[in-house]
This record gives sequence, C-alpha cells and structure tokens, in this order.
Amino acid sequence: MAVDRSRLPALGPDPGFRFPHIQRGALANGMRVWTVEHHAVPLVSFLVLLPAGSAADPADRPGLAAMTSDMLDEGCGDLNAIELHEALGRIGAHLDSEIGSDATILTLTSLSRYAERGVAMLADMFIRPRLDQRDFDRVRELRLNRLVQMRDLGPALADRAFAQLLYPSHPYGHLPIGNEGSLRVMLLREVATFHREQFMPSRMTVIAAGDAPHTELAALVERAFGGWAHAPGAVPSADGPVDRPPQAPANRLALLHRSGAAQSELRIGHVAASRSTPDYHALLVLNAVLGGQFVSRINMNLREDKGYTYGVRTSFDFRRGPGPFALSASVGSEVTVEAILEALSEIRAIRGDRPVTRAELETGRAALTRGYPRNFETAEQISRGAAQLALYGLADDYFTTFVPKVLAIDEAAVTRAAEMHIDPARLLTVIVGDREKIGPSLPRLGLGTVTEVAPA
Amino acid sequence: MNIDFTRHTLANGLDILIHEDHGCPIVAVNLWYHVGSKNEKPGRTGFAHLFEHLMFEGSQHHDRGYFQPLQEAGASLNGSTNADRTNYWEVVPRNALELALWMESDRMGYLLPALTDAKFDNQREVVLNERRQNYENRPYGLAGMAIVGALYAPDHPYHWLTIGAPDDLRAAHLDDVRAFFQTYYRPRNASLALAGDVHTGEVLALATEYFGPLEAGHDPPPVEFTPPARLTAESRLLLEDRVELPRLYFAWHSPALFAEDDATLDLVAEVLASGKTSRLYRSLVYEERIATEIAASQNSREIGGFFQIVATATPGRTLTELEKAIGRVLATFIDQGPTSAEMDRCLAQAEANFIYRLQTVGGFGGKSDQLNAYNMFLGEPGYFERDLERYRHVTPEAMQRAARAWLRPDGRIVLSVVPRGRVGLALGESQPVGVS
Repeated sequence: MAVDRSRLPALGPDPGFRFPHIQRGALANGMRVWTVEHHAVPLVSFLVLLPAGSAADPADRPGLAAMTSDMLDEGCGDLNAIELHEALGRIGAHLDSEIGSDATILTLTSLSRYAERGVAMLADMFIRPRLDQRDFDRVRELRLNRLVQMRDLGPALADRAFAQLLYPSHPYGHLPIGNEGSLRVMLLREVATFHREQFMPSRMTVIAAGDAPHTELAALVERAFGGWAHAPGAVPSADGPVDRPPQAPANRLALLHRSGAAQSELRIGHVAASRSTPDYHALLVLNAVLGGQFVSRINMNLREDKGYTYGVRTSFDFRRGPGPFALSASVGSEVTVEAILEALSEIRAIRGDRPVTRAELETGRAALTRGYPRNFETAEQISRGAAQLALYGLADDYFTTFVPKVLAIDEAAVTRAAEMHIDPARLLTVIVGDREKIGPSLPRLGLGTVTEVAPA
Repeated sequence: MNIDFTRHTLANGLDILIHEDHGCPIVAVNLWYHVGSKNEKPGRTGFAHLFEHLMFEGSQHHDRGYFQPLQEAGASLNGSTNADRTNYWEVVPRNALELALWMESDRMGYLLPALTDAKFDNQREVVLNERRQNYENRPYGLAGMAIVGALYAPDHPYHWLTIGAPDDLRAAHLDDVRAFFQTYYRPRNASLALAGDVHTGEVLALATEYFGPLEAGHDPPPVEFTPPARLTAESRLLLEDRVELPRLYFAWHSPALFAEDDATLDLVAEVLASGKTSRLYRSLVYEERIATEIAASQNSREIGGFFQIVATATPGRTLTELEKAIGRVLATFIDQGPTSAEMDRCLAQAEANFIYRLQTVGGFGGKSDQLNAYNMFLGEPGYFERDLERYRHVTPEAMQRAARAWLRPDGRIVLSVVPRGRVGLALGESQPVGVS
C-alpha cells in the first residue's frame, strides 16, 4: 500500500490512561505517607516534602532554608559526612535535594533491594543531622564561592534582579541561595533553630514509589520515620498566607551592566497568580499559546521568524502566594531592543487586538492533555507529581480531573484569564547585557528611565 | 538486565529496532543518522548541527514547522548532534505513532524540495545565538574548544566542537545542505528505534510502509583521519575569560567508546571525582578546601576519547596548588590502586546509573536511544547486559594499570582559564590559545 503523503495521518482513538493509584496513610507522629506501586524497573524512590522553602527564611537571613537543607547530608546519626556518602555510594543511591520558595524536597532513589538502607539514611538526615561547626563553615564557604561565580552567570543575575525588583521586602524577593551579607553572618545556631522549628513530622509528607507492594513501601517508611517525635516545645507552624506585594504603578526598565556580554539576558513580567487561583487551567492554556512551548507565539516570532534567540519561554510560576509571570530569553546584543519590542507587543496583543484563536486554543489544550500521561512514566516523576498535591493541598482526584478541566477551557476563558492576570502596563523588564552596545538604543523602548542594577 | 527487542533491516538498509513496553500508553520514536561533526571538513565546521536545525523546518509534503503537528498530538520532541551521530526523537501518545513515522520518513526522503534560503538564513541566526548562549556568554564556555583544539591536529575530525566556528557557519551555502543530505541522510546510514506501547508485528509493518520506499543511496565516504600522535610532553595553555575564579583543566588522550580500558577509565573517573567520598573531592574540596568544585570524566567517542579533570580554585588559592594536589592524588592512585570499598562503591554506582538510564522509553538516554547507540557503534542493539559486564569485570589492578598508562604527567594538556587581564594567575609558562 502506497503512503498517502497528501495529508498528515489522523490520530487514532485516544488511548486513555489509568493514573497510578496513590495509597494515602499517616504515621502516629502526623507525617503523611503516600505510596505508589511502579514495577517497571527494580528501583524505589523516596521523596520527603517539607512545605517550607526560601520564603520561610527570616527577613534578615536570606539563604537560611537552603543552608539548612544543604547541611542534612553533611553527616547524621553516627556517620560523618564522608561516612554517610560512603554508605550511600555502596548502595548506588541517588540523592537529590531541591529547594524552592515554598518547599524543600529531598529524593533518594536506589535499587529496590537496597530500599531499606536507603530510606533509613534518608530519615536519619532529617531526624538526626549532625550540624557540626566544621561542616557548617565549609558548606558556607562553598555557597559564598558559588555566589562569587554567579557574578559571571547572566541567567542567575537576571533571575536575582527580577525577584528583587518584583518582590521588594517580600519572602519571594530573593533566590534560595541568599546573599553574601546574610551568609557571612549566619550562625550554625540559626540553622539548628530553623531545623527544630520547621522540620516537623506533622507538616511533612513522604512519598514512596517503586517496585514493591504498597504495604511494604509503607512499612519501610514507618520503620524509618515512625520514631520521629516533635522537638520538645516546638509548635507546628501553620502555613500562613503569603501576601501579594504592591503592584508597580507603571512599566519599568532595569539594566544590569555586563561588559563584553555576547548576548542580553532578558526577564519580562510581573507578579501574577498563586497556585490556588481558580484560573489555573486557563492560565496553563494561555501560557501554552503565548510562550510556554516551542510553537507558542513568542518563540515562533523571536526565534523562528526573526532569529533573535535560541529560544524564548514564558511561564506562570504558581506558588503558595502570588508568583511571577515571566518571559525568559537570551537574545543577540545587537537586537536587544527589537526583541523586547516584539515580546511586549505579543504580550499586549493576546489580551488586546489579537486574542487567542480557536486553532491556537485547540493546539494548546491538545498539547497539555494528550501529552499528560508522559509525566507519569517513572517512579520519580510520579512522586514529584504527587508532591505537588501534597504541597498545595490539591484534591485527591486532581490527576484524573486535569484533562477534562483543561478541555473545558474555551477562548473566552483564556482571554478573561489574560485580562485578569497579565497587565502590559505594569511589566518589569530586566536586561543583563553590555551597556555600551545596547544603552543608546534603550530609549526606543519607551519604558522610561533605566534603573541601573548593581552587580551585587 | 536485558531489554527485549526485534531487529529488522529493510531492503534499503534502514535498521528498525522494536522494543515493547506497555507500562505507559506512549511510544518513543528515535532515529539516528550516522553523521556528526566528525564528518565535517575544516572551513565548514558546525554544519552537521546547523543541518539538524533545518530538519525541523519542513519537508516536501509538510512544508511547515515540524513542532506544530507533533506538539498538538501530545508529543515531546527534540534532536541533537554530536561528533559521531545526529538523533531525532519524538515521544508520542500511542495513537500518534503513525503521525511521527509519516513525518520522520518525509524528512528522510523529501527534505530538499522544501529547503529555502529564508529558512537557512533564519536557522543560521538561531544557531549563532545558540553558540552565544551556551559557549561565548557562559563562564568557561570556550574551554572545551581550547582542549580539543590542543588534543587533536587541525585536520583531525575531533579538532573542533560540534557547535563549530561562527565564520564557518556564515560561509555555509544551501548547496552544502543538499550535498550533505544526499551523502548522509540515507536509510542505510540510519537506525530507527521504536520503544513503548506497541505490538511488534503491527509497528514493523507500519514502519516498513513509510520507510521502505525510500531510496537506499550509497554508503557515505569513510571518515579519514590520522590517530593523534601520543603526547610526549606536558603542554600548558592559557585562556582568559569573563570569570571570577581561575580553573584548571587536565586532558589526556584516552580509548574510544567501547574500546579496551574505556569502562575501566569510567570507573577511574568515578573513584577520582564522583561524589563527596571521591579522592579528589575529599582531598581538594573537603579537607584542604583549595577547590570549590571538581570533576573527572572519560569522554569516549567513536574514533577516540579524552580523559579530563577539572578543578576550580577557591578564592585566594592558586592553580599551582591545585596542580600539585591533583598530581599527588593521581600519583597515589596509580601507586596503590583503588581500595576494595572504592571498588564496591563504583560498581554499585555503575549498575544503578545503568538502570536509572533505562527508566524511560524515549528522550535523550532512554531505552530507544540506547538501542540505537549500541546498534550504530557496535552493530549489537542488545548489548545492555554485556555493557554492564564491561564494568563488572574491571579489577583494581586494571584500574591502576589504565590510570598509569593513560593519565601520564609527562603527556597531557593543562589549560588554565583565568579572569581577563590576570594572566599571572595561570600556571607558569602557559601559552595563550586563541578561541572565540
């Protein structure tokens, strides 16, 4: 049979998908234990979620949460840092630690035959970290050195300036690593206090996923974490609200000068929606159309039409409090102003004279829904998905309702979400680039005076 | 751990590898072409990768971007080029498999009629921006060019990085694209792996329908090269960059992919610099605190490899201190070999890493990618278990011997990368290299 090349083949019937079942339980100390069976490969992955991240840093100690999580694998129980990592190495474990504004997450993955030893060490890191002064000094020095190296990293400089300017005096106004001033005066005692006050079993969730039955996964977690009692005198801290920072009165432009930069690093955006917004699904579709995927308007314009950049993306960062809407790109220095003008005009158009079309809506919805099962292929992916439910208190049926909810979004809902959550009159534009190359052309942006950002 | 698969070679020479995995209703379509930057000629470097970009811009029967229909079908997709091969992949919902096969076969068979100057010029700009973003504007981003430039003579195909030189990219013509396509983008120079929620017989019939009619073409010309002469002295180089902290690179020639000592040197790299218990981390970062970071790797490729150690100095510490400390750690390792605890650890890690890579059907490094890698470089797609055996058979004596034979202090490249205008921070007698 000859291939019909006159048109693309139609898709077959939707294959459907059964989401992995999450068995939910809890320990006597209040810790939630969720288990997921996943038998594809002989691995088990344990994810520990603490709903406190860099937004929980004291106002005068940015970087404390990250420092604390960094100290967890610097020795625990009877093992010093080297001994702990030797023990992890012997079972081929992968330990991953990640901190965002709302959460600290540690994940340990190992061959299933080593699961018991793996989870025991993971529990010890949380329950009995050594917090030795020598280790603290060394880890702090490494973090200070990383801050020094960040001075050369355009993307990191842009992220930091963007957060500072969008969220002045706000828990979201700094990167998790903090800053030099704070790290220099930080004391080990402060880490210990942060650990005692924030790391409470009753606030935490452990998600065990992998090649073992639910009962066995749950028993492994129980044995490792069951003996963890609240620190004496500690009161479980409620997850308080995160305020919306005051919105800027008008568009702003900030420049961080980097001499000889081969490109300009851009961030454009403003404070937008939190994870609990009822417009969540509409905003996902909106973002897919605007800048969230390769075929989005902004990438097709700036990359595929103009060749200004290797790629550009927009995102809504949904957090406990209102997170940023942001466009990110590195663009050629010579075309910095043109690229920004095009980006701004696309952001304006989608809530103005070029609202989302039927075809774009369908592409966006289809990409989000048809591709959804891909996110549940590995045990670690499933755990990370489940962790979002735990972190933001999403409904148990969240995964199964995702597709119908996205498919229910129509053009009007997308346009309404754009009008509600994107404000082209209050955008912050941050450029990290070479002032000599781009400075003279900046007035063409019509964004008013340029605020110079110090390189920190 | 073995991966069941079926191999079938079409009359036109295309290898089709099929692996069933019904865990998730998705299929990985993964297509390798045996062409990379080592098939380029001096003066036209960067071309194989620029060509890869053009493969996403449309073909005769779908003369529009390739992302649109595939993303709309729920696919993730990408491609990549390295020195030895170019790959293209989609991970699609089961019901979009035919779409992916249609599109992959259309660009394999009918790319050229859709080619235009406008597409070519646009993607050249995109690639120049990719180069700025990932190399020129990134701290230490040009060091890799300096290293391969020093390890390999100008006419050796590993002398340049896959991203190429800007002037070469600007000099490329549409005619080069045509010739390149006709030479290398042929079924007999490709391998197609399909892994996921499929039934072997059905999917083989479907793939045959789409790829079977494509013309076989001729065998591409062999890559001609002279193996690099053995380094007989230490060569000290210096590169100024927009960085805050000086960094030291050691590089040696090493065995090719799957050659003798390749796996052995992988484990040597593991013991030297992987994790906090590794010898270099422990000594330079943990105990002496003279380095902020350390890495070692055996970079093995089809016609040769290089072993590399990289260390960044703590503020106030010198590259000379790093050089001495690394030299001392290496000498001790060569003298005594790994301990039994180190052997246990690096083998456990090798086995775990091996299985971690096989968790997904597609993408970079999933099962379909690995099937193609084994097929293209060894002609044995099912090499999985034997690959792992390569590591299990390594002995402490073999590691010691390989380290002694390959990581010689009197035959290596040592590159100092220092902040602009501070050449005094480089190791003494280092010669400036010109890369940009």
